[in-house]
Amino acid sequence: MTAKHTFAGKVAIAGIGATEFSKESGRSELRLAVEAVKAALDDAGIAPGEVQGTCTYGADTNPDIDIARSLGFDDLTFFSRIYYGGGAAAGTIQQAALAVSAGVADVVVCYRAFNERSGNRFGAGVQGRAPVANAEMAHFASYTPVGLVTPAQWVAMAAARYMHVSGATSEDFGRVAVADRKHAATNPKAWFYEQPITLEDHQNSRWIVEPLHLLDCCQETDGAQAIVVTSLERAKDLKNGAVVIEAAVQGAAKGQDMMTSYYRDNLDGLPEMGLVGRQLWETSGLTAHDIDMAVLYDHFTPYVLMQLEELGFCGKGEAKDFVKDGRIELGGALPINTHGGQLGEAYLHGMNGIAEGVRQIRGTSYNQVTGAEKVLVTAGTGVPTSGLILGKDH
Amino acid sequence: MADFPDHSGALAALVGQSSGPIELSPDPVNTAMIRHWVEAMGDTNPVYTDHDAAVAAGYPGIVAPATMLQAWIMRGLKHTLDLEAARAAGNAPKGDANSQMMALFDEEGRTSVVATNCDQEYFRPLVLGDRLLVKSSIESISDPKQTGLGHGRFATSLMEFFAVPNDAVTKDLTNEQLAERGALVGTMRFRILKFRPGTGAVAPKAKPPRPRPAITQDNAFYFEGTLAGELRIQRCTDCGALRHPPLPACGKCASLNWDYVVSEGRGELLSMVVNHFPQVPAFDYPLPIGLIALDEGTRIVANLAGEPGDWTIGDRVVAEIVRFDDELALPVFHHETKEA
Ligand SMILES: [Zn+2]
Repeated sequence: MTAKHTFAGKVAIAGIGATEFSKESGRSELRLAVEAVKAALDDAGIAPGEVQGTCTYGADTNPDIDIARSLGFDDLTFFSRIYYGGGAAAGTIQQAALAVSAGVADVVVCYRAFNERSGNRFGAGVQGRAPVANAEMAHFASYTPVGLVTPAQWVAMAAARYMHVSGATSEDFGRVAVADRKHAATNPKAWFYEQPITLEDHQNSRWIVEPLHLLDCCQETDGAQAIVVTSLERAKDLKNGAVVIEAAVQGAAKGQDMMTSYYRDNLDGLPEMGLVGRQLWETSGLTAHDIDMAVLYDHFTPYVLMQLEELGFCGKGEAKDFVKDGRIELGGALPINTHGGQLGEAYLHGMNGIAEGVRQIRGTSYNQVTGAEKVLVTAGTGVPTSGLILGKDH
Repeated sequence: MADFPDHSGALAALVGQSSGPIELSPDPVNTAMIRHWVEAMGDTNPVYTDHDAAVAAGYPGIVAPATMLQAWIMRGLKHTLDLEAARAAGNAPKGDANSQMMALFDEEGRTSVVATNCDQEYFRPLVLGDRLLVKSSIESISDPKQTGLGHGRFATSLMEFFAVPNDAVTKDLTNEQLAERGALVGTMRFRILKFRPGTGAVAPKAKPPRPRPAITQDNAFYFEGTLAGELRIQRCTDCGALRHPPLPACGKCASLNWDYVVSEGRGELLSMVVNHFPQVPAFDYPLPIGLIALDEGTRIVANLAGEPGDWTIGDRVVAEIVRFDDELALPVFHHETKEA
């Protein structure tokens, strides 16, 4: 690994755009994708005809070429997809940065769109899927016949071991939910706007899968988010200026599995996020102390604690203390998920978290961290994942 | 559910007691009732209707069908209506053991009844002119049992049938005295279940089968193994490393050559969850599932037997291979007992 990725600091995010976040959009996923891409291009001040590249998730159902025809793109020279669910989020930005810095495409749009609440609900897991004889489905052969079928259940197995080893409690997980909902309560775009919760609410919410309560689990959302990436040089002159991509990395750690990495020596961490963290620091030249706020992927609260440890914001087993006393809330030492996170704003497979990182650097968040210059954003946990550090353009 | 008293003691005291006075058949065994019976039953055997045929068959004369045993004693609809009217007026017979038993059952909440079986024994054929007497007693009352119909007790009454010649019946002799002089010609045991309504098993909905595993050439040996009662662990035949879940090559030496070993099925509970929602119809909830570190060194996700509260991370476990249907068997883990 080189000490510095050649694109780091030379490529920027120039535009962000989203639909409203709802439980029933009333329109097709493709239309949501088109709306978000159009809004992001408008935000950047870039015409659709200037887009040369796209990147989305392997899980997305909206073909890039359909969006291209819908918005009248010209020729596309780069189109890419990243697999592994929400782990793709920052990975799409890395793809875009690689393409832009390599001269493959001048403007790349990354997007994620779904009717994840009114359509195909991820929370239902894989229970209804036909057992097609391929390796992707054979992965589930170890889990679905015993009834371990949903993301919450897969995460809970790791969370229970983490609690056993670290001494973290359900209340420690709950502090993440309380912080997220506190931030969502003052974000008018958040689904849970003006609906904060208390730790007691968290503790009293019903079991989904022990040790996870309902309020440890993110919501399900209909919506779309798009991000426009171009060179720093070009972004500087655009409508909303440049948010610098200081680092963009991916990580699948040794022994990696999809949601069920139960077979590595230690079960109390997220080695892939450790790998992401090490690369982020090495390629940006920054340290955890330089980070003003973080958007930590929060489909389930326990993995937020593990991320704090893997990224070096605190030591191994110390996250349970780190999250106390409002340290992760606005005004604390490391505010996280100031948009409300996926528990509070929307579950957009992490793409909305990247947009919040951009707003923090621009100074336009509803919960602005004063003087935020460096922001860290992570993608899906428990899966091959990715991360970003965004910075202010000086 | 309401709390009901337990009358086990009082009920036990009733066993063996007479359930009412000895009753005398209203009529002697006669050709008219026999003819009605055999016509209704479609029984054309001439020994029931033709004297010569009966004698030819070795009987002294026409005999009654054995299964008519109880019919000679039955009192007809008027008797039943009279009893019901008396019960409605609060004058039901209370003293006899049968009535006491029924009252105790009612107090225990067992107000519903179903006849479960009836066994008869015959000791000699009934001939024309026999008068029958029946002596009823309570032979047994079971402990409370959870049955499919509900929580109830089985009660068996024993009816002993005695026969005397019709001309032996005089006003001077009581039924008891007559019965003593009579011959035991048959018995009948009649069993009922008295149960609490609404406490039975709800007609079980057909539970769908467990989700199927996707079987590939890489993992088929594992599921074939569980169907054969074996917990198989893949083994690299070049470096000997074990691996699970199955993969086509060895993560230690990249060899594509493998076989398997059969696990002893013993290990330690590394982590566990208890599923509540969503609920897949194939499973019972709350559903405990564990991650087990097998003593051989590999790990496996499997169902845990018993109640979720029985389990703690670190528990020693042992596998039982459970066959769920013709296509699927899986290890289910129990606590490893000291003697095991
Ligand atoms: Zn090997």
